[in-house]
Amino acid sequence: MPLVGQRVPDDGGCSLVASLDNVRNLSTVLKAIHFRDHATCFATKNGIKVTVENAKCVQANAFIQAGIFQEFKVQEEPVTFRINLTVLLDCLSIFGSSPTPGNLTALRMCYQGYGCPLMLFLEEGGVVTVCKINTQEPEETLDFDFCSTNVINKIILQSEGLREAFSELDMTSEVLQITMSPEKPYFRLSTFGNAGSSHLDYPKDSDLMESFNCNETQVNRYKISLLKPSTKALVLSCKVSIRTDNRGFLSLQYMIRNEDGQICFVEYYCCPDEEVPDSES
Amino acid sequence: MKCLVTGGNVKVLGKAVHSLSRIGDELYLEPLEDGLSLRTVNSSRSAYACFLFAPLFFQLYQAATPGQDPLRCKILMKSFLSVFRSLVMLEKTVEKCCISLNGRSSRLVVQLHCKYGVRKTHNLSFQDCESLQAVFDPASCPYLLRAPAKLLGEAVLPFPPALAEVTLGIGHGRRVILRSYQEEEADSTIKAMVTEMSIGQEDFQQLQAEEGVAITFCLKEFRGLLSFAESANLSLSIHFDAPGRPAIFAIKDSLLDGHFVLATLSEPTPNSQDLHFPEPCQPAPQRQAHSTPQPDDFASDDIDSYMIAMETTVGSESSRTLPSGSLSPGLQPPCSSEGEEDEAEAELSTVPGTPPPKKFRSLFFGSILAPAHSPLGPSPVLAEDSEGEG
Repeated sequence: MPLVGQRVPDDGGCSLVASLDNVRNLSTVLKAIHFRDHATCFATKNGIKVTVENAKCVQANAFIQAGIFQEFKVQEEPVTFRINLTVLLDCLSIFGSSPTPGNLTALRMCYQGYGCPLMLFLEEGGVVTVCKINTQEPEETLDFDFCSTNVINKIILQSEGLREAFSELDMTSEVLQITMSPEKPYFRLSTFGNAGSSHLDYPKDSDLMESFNCNETQVNRYKISLLKPSTKALVLSCKVSIRTDNRGFLSLQYMIRNEDGQICFVEYYCCPDEEVPDSES
Repeated sequence: MKCLVTGGNVKVLGKAVHSLSRIGDELYLEPLEDGLSLRTVNSSRSAYACFLFAPLFFQLYQAATPGQDPLRCKILMKSFLSVFRSLVMLEKTVEKCCISLNGRSSRLVVQLHCKYGVRKTHNLSFQDCESLQAVFDPASCPYLLRAPAKLLGEAVLPFPPALAEVTLGIGHGRRVILRSYQEEEADSTIKAMVTEMSIGQEDFQQLQAEEGVAITFCLKEFRGLLSFAESANLSLSIHFDAPGRPAIFAIKDSLLDGHFVLATLSEPTPNSQDLHFPEPCQPAPQRQAHSTPQPDDFASDDIDSYMIAMETTVGSESSRTLPSGSLSPGLQPPCSSEGEEDEAEAELSTVPGTPPPKKFRSLFFGSILAPAHSPLGPSPVLAEDSEGEG
């Protein structure tokens, strides 16, 4: 192990200790939810959940399960703190963010408890950087109460099929309208911008469609500015599950495969924008 | 109007839109019997471009709904370009593209049928418009160059991306010379790097011009057409005349043709004398002293000779067939003394908001703004200018 012999504080006093051979397995997933500066972290023995919210309307969660780490210990459950995600990501990529072949950055992370900084020990090629990031009072996060029993429509798509659609979204449109229906047009993304409207239709028998489970027609609108940041997760993911519940709340779950072939999940929740007028093209 | 483009032609269409987008902010789409025409003109009306896609270019082409007059429309270039933004995507995922214009829905509908059954539908809002038609006639140009676009594309490659204008001329030994154009401003000594490319006449498929002939035109628009022509592996013809007269850049194959008409700098290009000797330009003031007394210098001050006359009225065949030069006598000032030019220039300088003096453009605006130069009232160009907003 690269960090053997380094002066690392005793594990005994830490409420969270985690180490990782390849820091990119953590930083990549965190980048997928990096659309605001601050994040709240929750650690349990199952792993770490990092939450970012915006406008009380959208929430993104990244799950890094314990199995991703080579070492993962939590003393008291749950460990909760708020941290500047931008700073955390800067520190994690302190040896550079693009991978150099055969040269991995290893990480050891310690958090001694409430009021203490998060300590990062990063090592690459025998060089060790120690970062201390102040933690903040954890904030209460939103509970979207998104329950799978209330899910009306669910689609699993290969991310490839949505990637381009999201990167080319007409940002002059205020909303992204999502239509999910057991009938035509099955799955439709619409924008209504300055230049006119555009619709993107996916047939249910498309090869991109891994599963199609729609029970009733739902047309919901979401603020495009809130959904656009999910493009970051989309770009990294291989599959995406799109679900809406009986209230029109949207859940986007992204499956991200890391460099070691392990799977992580990033999830976005978004509340609908408004009631949709009936006669809309 | 309804047309269907399939396979590789979708990318060709996309490329054409990209090269048009280098010129104007609005796209004029006009379904004609002999094909679909896409046209644009830049805001200062010194550059005009048009592509005509023959009916055979399309899998299906219907200029008008049977029993109805063909519609034409004007749309924002930006919104049309956004449909074709990613050329890689067009090539990789788009299988066919259907464009339809329907008077009832007042939308231009562009549908892209992509891989995996995905379908993108863009309903673009448009405006009715008059036909945009530049009056130009390649046959009236005495000089002609024709070469593979690749050759010219490689020749302009070394020029800095920020370079505004380039001089094209015939030098010693009938070599074709492309040279970066230097503005005759005081600070030009600071950025005094001249790039020059010289191409032997044997590389040209046609070369009809004598030594010493030269014109200066905008590089950006030229590059736009070149990149299209290169990708389609076509030859480019350049028809030109004296400095100040528009130059016509044309490409043609069996399925499409394209014409770009660019204004050229109206002063006698100083470089033309230098083309024999690759030396830096002479100091500016001296050159001007030489150029002003030339009798034809003032003739080129006439709006129609260096600006492309836009015809806006739909039915008036008379003005369409009228050669652009025929308007000149009326517009020409009574005498072309040196004093009057000074006066015109003085007047120009008092007009607020006039762009900084670059010969090319100041002459251009001068003609519009200085009343002395347009005693006959608005020319066709001005008419289109005033109503072509929004």
